[in-house]
Amino acid sequence: MRALAAYLAAAALAALPALADPGDVEKGEKLFQQCKGCHQIGAGATNRSGPHLNGLFGRKAAGLDGFRYSKSFQRAGAGGLEWHAETLDVFLENPRAMTSGTRMSFRGVKNPEDRTHLIAFLRQYSDDPANIPEADPTAQGIDHDLDPAILALVGDPEYGEYLSGECTTCHQAAGGDDGIPSITLWPEDQFVVAMHAYKSKQRNHPVMQMIAGRLGDEEIAALAAYFKDLEN
Amino acid sequence: MTLNRRTFLGTSAVAAATLAAPMVRAQGKPRVVVIGGGAGGATAARYIAKDSKGDIDVKLIEPTRTYYTCFFSNLYLGGFKTIDEIGHSYGGLAAAGVNVVHDWAVGVDRDTKTVTLAGGGTLQYDKLILSPGIDFVDMAVPGWDISAQNAMPHAYKAGSQTELLKAQLKAMPEGGTFAMVAPPNPYRCPPGPYERVSMVAHYLKLNNPTAKIIVADPKPKFSKMALFQEGWNNHYEGMVDWVGEDFGGGNVTVDPAAMTVSIDGEETKVDVANVIPAMKAGRIADIAGVTDGNWAPVNAADMSTKADPDVYVLGDASQQGDMPKSGFSANSQAKVCANAVRGALTGSKVFPAKFSNTCWSLIETNDGVKVGATYEATAEKIAKVDGFISKTGESADVRKATYEESEGWYAGITADMFGAKA
Repeated sequence: MRALAAYLAAAALAALPALADPGDVEKGEKLFQQCKGCHQIGAGATNRSGPHLNGLFGRKAAGLDGFRYSKSFQRAGAGGLEWHAETLDVFLENPRAMTSGTRMSFRGVKNPEDRTHLIAFLRQYSDDPANIPEADPTAQGIDHDLDPAILALVGDPEYGEYLSGECTTCHQAAGGDDGIPSITLWPEDQFVVAMHAYKSKQRNHPVMQMIAGRLGDEEIAALAAYFKDLEN
Repeated sequence: MTLNRRTFLGTSAVAAATLAAPMVRAQGKPRVVVIGGGAGGATAARYIAKDSKGDIDVKLIEPTRTYYTCFFSNLYLGGFKTIDEIGHSYGGLAAAGVNVVHDWAVGVDRDTKTVTLAGGGTLQYDKLILSPGIDFVDMAVPGWDISAQNAMPHAYKAGSQTELLKAQLKAMPEGGTFAMVAPPNPYRCPPGPYERVSMVAHYLKLNNPTAKIIVADPKPKFSKMALFQEGWNNHYEGMVDWVGEDFGGGNVTVDPAAMTVSIDGEETKVDVANVIPAMKAGRIADIAGVTDGNWAPVNAADMSTKADPDVYVLGDASQQGDMPKSGFSANSQAKVCANAVRGALTGSKVFPAKFSNTCWSLIETNDGVKVGATYEATAEKIAKVDGFISKTGESADVRKATYEESEGWYAGITADMFGAKA
C-alpha cells in the first residue's frame, strides 16, 4: 500500500506542468555577439552608438538619461512603450515594425527560441526580483489547467486543502473578517464564480487577480469544495 | 516531463526508509526536526504535524518562548502596535501535535542524521528543516560588530532589539538626529528599512518635529522607492535625508563609543544609530554545512538543499532565486516543503510547488502600500512569473484599504504559523 502511495506521489510529481522555456542564458550570450557592436551590457557598460542595456527591463523606451535618442524612440517612449520581455520579443523580431527612422540598423532575430535565449541573457542585467520584488518577472507563467494525470485528482479535498495554504496566509482559516474577508463556508458555486471573475479581471483587486489568474478551473473547483465545508 | 532522477531518488528513499525503519526507530514513526520557529519553521512544523495526523513525529527547536514577528515590528516603533501585539506563544503548535523544544540547536551531523542541543540532548531525524533566519556578516560596517548592538541596535531580529531602538527613539533630544545604516542586497524584507524610516518619521513628527533622519544606503535604489519617496515628501517634508550609493551612502564607518556616523568621509554626531549590517544565513545552516557563501542554495521544487536531499532550508537563509526574503515568502515556501516532506515520508500526495509573496508597508497613518508576486519552480530556481505594485498618487481610500488589508494579513499569517489564538 505504501509502495503504491509512493508510486502515486512520484506520478503526480512526474506530471508537473512544464514552464514555458525560460531561455538559455549561454545561448543568449552568443546571440548577443551581433548586438555588441553598438550596445554594451554588464559591469562598466557605457553608451556607444546604442544605449547601454543595464537595467533595461522596466525602462521606458528612450528612458535613459544622457543618451541622445532618435525622435522615433522618443515618440515611442512618450506613447507609453516600456521594455519588458513581451515588448522586447516583438521589437527584436523586427525592430522596424515598432520604430522607424532609428539608428538601429538591425534586421531582427526571426527565430522565436533565439529571442527567448537573448531576452534571458539581457534579463540578468536588470533588477533582481529577490531584492526589488516589483522588478520584471524572469519566467513566463503557465496555465494551471493541469494535464490528465493530475486532473484525476479533481474534487480531491486533499488537493483543495493543499492549495488553500496559499489562501490562509491572508484569509484566516478560522474565519476572521477584519481587513481581509472571511472565505470559509462560502457556498461552492459563489466561490467558483468569484474566482473566475478575478481571473478574468472583471472583479477588482490586484492580489486576488494575481492569485486567481494562476488557478486552473480544477484548482478553483477543489478550493471551492474545500472551503464550503471548512469549520473552525 | 518524464520520471527524472530526483523523483526516482525520492521514491527509493521512501522504500529504503521503510525497510530500515524497525532498526532505527524506537516508535516506528518517521521523524522530522525543524530548527527555528519563525514564519518558515513554525509553519512547516504545524503543517506537517496537522496534515500527517500523528503519523510523523515533529519536533521544533526554538530557544525563545515568545516569538516577536519582525514583520509589523516597524509598526511598534511607529506606535501603531504594542510589543505584546507582535508577540506569539508556541501553545498552538503543541496543540497541533508539534513537540516544541525550547533549546538552541548547536550541532548537526548529517552522516548520523542527528541534531545536538545546547542543553545536551541529541535528536535523530529522517528529514531536517532549517529555518534559522539571518545573522550578520562580521565587519560589514566598519566600526560595528555584534558587541555594539546595544549602543547601535540593528533591531532586525524583533524583540529586545526593537524595544531598545524604540527607547532610544523616545529619548532623542529635541531636534536630534536619527541615523540608519541600510543593508546591501540581499537582505531580509526589502522594503523593511524604508518602512522603518517612515515609522520613525511618524513618531518624530508627533513628538520631536524638528528632529532629522539620515539614511546611509549602499544601494542606488530600493523596493517601492517611488512610493516611499512620495510619502516622505507628502507627510514628512524635509525630515528624511536619504544618501544613496551615488552620494557615498555605501562608504560608511561608525564609532559606537563616540556615537558618530561617517558617510563618505563626513562625520556626524548622532543621537540614535540604527545599523543594519549585511546579512547571511543563520549560523546553524553553516554548521550543518549546507551553505555556499552566505546562503544555503536549495532546489525550487521542494526547498531541499543542493548539499543534502534530507536537509531543507526555508525562508531568509535559503538561496532560492527570485523570492524576496520575507515572512510571507518563508510561510509560502514552508507549505511547499511540508507537502514534499510528508510525501517523502508517508507517501501522501505531492502537489506542484506554488509560491507567492506580498509585502505591505505603512508610510503614515492609513497610508499603506504593497508589492506582490507569484512564482514557479523551474529547474534552476524559484522564478517570478507575475506581480503587482501600488501606484503613486493613489487615493486615500485605496491606501487605507491597503493598510486594513495588511492588518488582516497579519492576523492570517500568524494564525497560519502558530495556530489560531484560543
